[in-house]
Amino acid sequence: MSSAYKLPQSKILKVAEQSPHLHWAMAPRVMRATGLTKSYRKGKVEIPVLKGVDFEVREGEFQAIVGTSGSGKSTLLHLLATLDQPDDGEIFFEGNRIDNLPAKSRDILRNRYIGIVFQFYHLLPELSALENVLMPLMIRYGFTKYMLGRRKNRRRAIELLDKVGLSHRLKHRPRELSGGEMQRVAIARALIADPQLLLADEPTGNLDRQAGDEIMEILRDLNREQGLTVVVVTHDDAIAEQADRTVHLVEGRVRTM
Amino acid sequence: MYKVLLSWRYLRSRYIALASIVSVTLGVATLIVVNSVMAGFTVEMHDRLHGILSDIVVRSHNLNGLPDSEWHMEEIRKVAGDEIVAMTATVSVPAMINFRDNIRGQWITQPINLIGIDATTYSDVSEFEQHLLHPLNRDQMEFLLRENDYGRGRKEKFPVAGWARRRVAAQWEQRNITDQVENGAVASNDAALITSPPFELVDDSQTPAELPALPDSIEELPALQGPLDNGPRGVGQQGSLPAVPFQTENAPQLTFDAATEQHTGIVLGISICSLRGRDVEGDLMDYYFALPGDDVKITFPNTGQPPKAVSDSFTIVDFYESEMSEYDSSFAFVPLSKLQNLRGMITAETGVASVSAIQIKLRAGADLDMVRDRLQARFPLQQFGYQIQTWRDMQGPLLSAVQLETTILNILLFLIIAVAGFGILATFFMIVVEKTRDVGILKSLGAPSRGVMSIFLGYGLSLGIAGSLAGLALGLLFVDQINVVASWIEKVTGQEVFDPTVYYFSEIPVVVNPLTCLWVVLGAVGIAVIASVLPARKAAKLHPVEALRYE
Repeated sequence: MSSAYKLPQSKILKVAEQSPHLHWAMAPRVMRATGLTKSYRKGKVEIPVLKGVDFEVREGEFQAIVGTSGSGKSTLLHLLATLDQPDDGEIFFEGNRIDNLPAKSRDILRNRYIGIVFQFYHLLPELSALENVLMPLMIRYGFTKYMLGRRKNRRRAIELLDKVGLSHRLKHRPRELSGGEMQRVAIARALIADPQLLLADEPTGNLDRQAGDEIMEILRDLNREQGLTVVVVTHDDAIAEQADRTVHLVEGRVRTM
Repeated sequence: MYKVLLSWRYLRSRYIALASIVSVTLGVATLIVVNSVMAGFTVEMHDRLHGILSDIVVRSHNLNGLPDSEWHMEEIRKVAGDEIVAMTATVSVPAMINFRDNIRGQWITQPINLIGIDATTYSDVSEFEQHLLHPLNRDQMEFLLRENDYGRGRKEKFPVAGWARRRVAAQWEQRNITDQVENGAVASNDAALITSPPFELVDDSQTPAELPALPDSIEELPALQGPLDNGPRGVGQQGSLPAVPFQTENAPQLTFDAATEQHTGIVLGISICSLRGRDVEGDLMDYYFALPGDDVKITFPNTGQPPKAVSDSFTIVDFYESEMSEYDSSFAFVPLSKLQNLRGMITAETGVASVSAIQIKLRAGADLDMVRDRLQARFPLQQFGYQIQTWRDMQGPLLSAVQLETTILNILLFLIIAVAGFGILATFFMIVVEKTRDVGILKSLGAPSRGVMSIFLGYGLSLGIAGSLAGLALGLLFVDQINVVASWIEKVTGQEVFDPTVYYFSEIPVVVNPLTCLWVVLGAVGIAVIASVLPARKAAKLHPVEALRYE
């Protein structure tokens, strides 16, 4: 399946590679959203969740979206991840509008360019850690193409699991792993496709302090060492403090601090 | 790639789904067993029917037959000569058989279908000889009584018969008469009761020389009930059954020596003078009222206007056992010329004989219906009044009844598989609900709806294939071992599954048709896939965010 959604080769990306310490504020925008609104129906009552949110994340930035529960931060992340579509407003990824793309193109976008990490890890219980990490590649390639490149893919997945410190857990099923380990598998899975953007929805929300810290450490290292753009949704101010920039969501609106 | 992997993993981790496939398995197995057994019956029946009946029969509607069989055969050859392998003329007439039960001494009368055949040519058009009991008769039928050795190669034992039996019977008769003469005081009305020797005591393996010694006096014989008549056994004359007391003076005057001579031979359907049943232990046994070597009297109408009854004595020379009860219990074969003579079917001036039917055997692969239609055109019904039928036409109702039965059974059993399909549908809906979160995960990773759908379709397909193949294996195993299973069930339940007294074959015949198996398997797989379409669509339509939130 050839990509229905082709990103233009970003010149700015190259600039960022050449000067990794380029300050994020000067970098080009990876994702930009304007005037996002979203409401959910509960019976006959319509509950507005987002009431016109503007948002941007720049190349190499580590950004936190903070808000109390019910403030719409998860909904915002789902919209950014193209898992859901806004009622109104526009979302741009590398300068291209993505919120109104057909489902197939959004599938490809999620599969190749946006990595997502969830609070509840969301690993497939029937698959081993290694297979979970390989899943995005299995989805991307057809059977024969996958089988042809499977050694290379496997090496890459093992490399990533090694990077998150799980090289000894390749064959384990998710239920045999601890919460922290599962989240690390999820991060490795998000990274296998070499995404431009990593979205994390309360990645530490289900973990104890120590495991949470380790996860944040991994995310920050990724940001710092590889210049990966990371957006973390959290209600934890301690995590928000580690970010380059923090967006506060209050009752569906951005409050600038 | 992920579709294959996940279908496979779900298959291995969801054994409950395998339970739903068991119904498919059982349905498939049942279908294959039923089809094989029905096909077995049908093929067996076709073989037997076709073995008994010739390919095409031209039959006169008149009992007195069609005149001049030679001319008819000539005409038939002209019409369809290139298709014809053999032809024979037969005379068939309803008749009464009259014989004496060899144990109880009672006279038995039964209706039969008397058929006059030409022994050499009749075997060319049907498998007549193969159904005879004596091995020599199976090679060449001659209407002559054989020494012994009847029923060799038969599954069930057969008593001593033939000349061996006839000699002993004659000896017994002689002894009996002598006894009568010597013990003149013995009441004459008891005499008839002891005219038959106890042949049932004779074992198959015994040679005639070792036959049991005849009782010294009549008092030692079992008390038997029977009508009072002398029974013209071995008497070469036409005898009306006299109600007069036994005339001992008559016996020495006989010119017919029953120990060395026979009447015209007759081949009787085995069920005419035997019954198959169970003894007190429940074992299968045959009871023979008469055996080859015994004499019978046949009464049948002649061709007079109005017909008069004609009787003659015949000696049973063999039994005819086709294992089709309809034929075994009614057919009796005598030489054609003898029957034509007795019935007066031969015109004295010309010597031209009438026959009732001309039986035709066609070359293998000939189009029966086509030849029948050609003959029909040559002998128009309104002009000749002949009934021209193929063997299929004759057994049409029976064959089509079996066909209908098979069809209905197939429909019913396929409905069972369809019911199994609904079971799969329900199970799959449960699995989709259970896997809602997985669907959300896959979609969040960029799996398209179509891909999610094919996971569950693939799952259904693999379940269907697994279930059908298991069912196929089970069904074939069952078919292979069906007689073992039947006997095992008989042992456990004490119920006869396959009663040989009813079916006349001791083993359940089976024919496995690979094409039928293929269709059954494909059908079952198809149902499994169809049943998984709705759940798969439901899975594909799940909204990723809602699916991820699903707890």
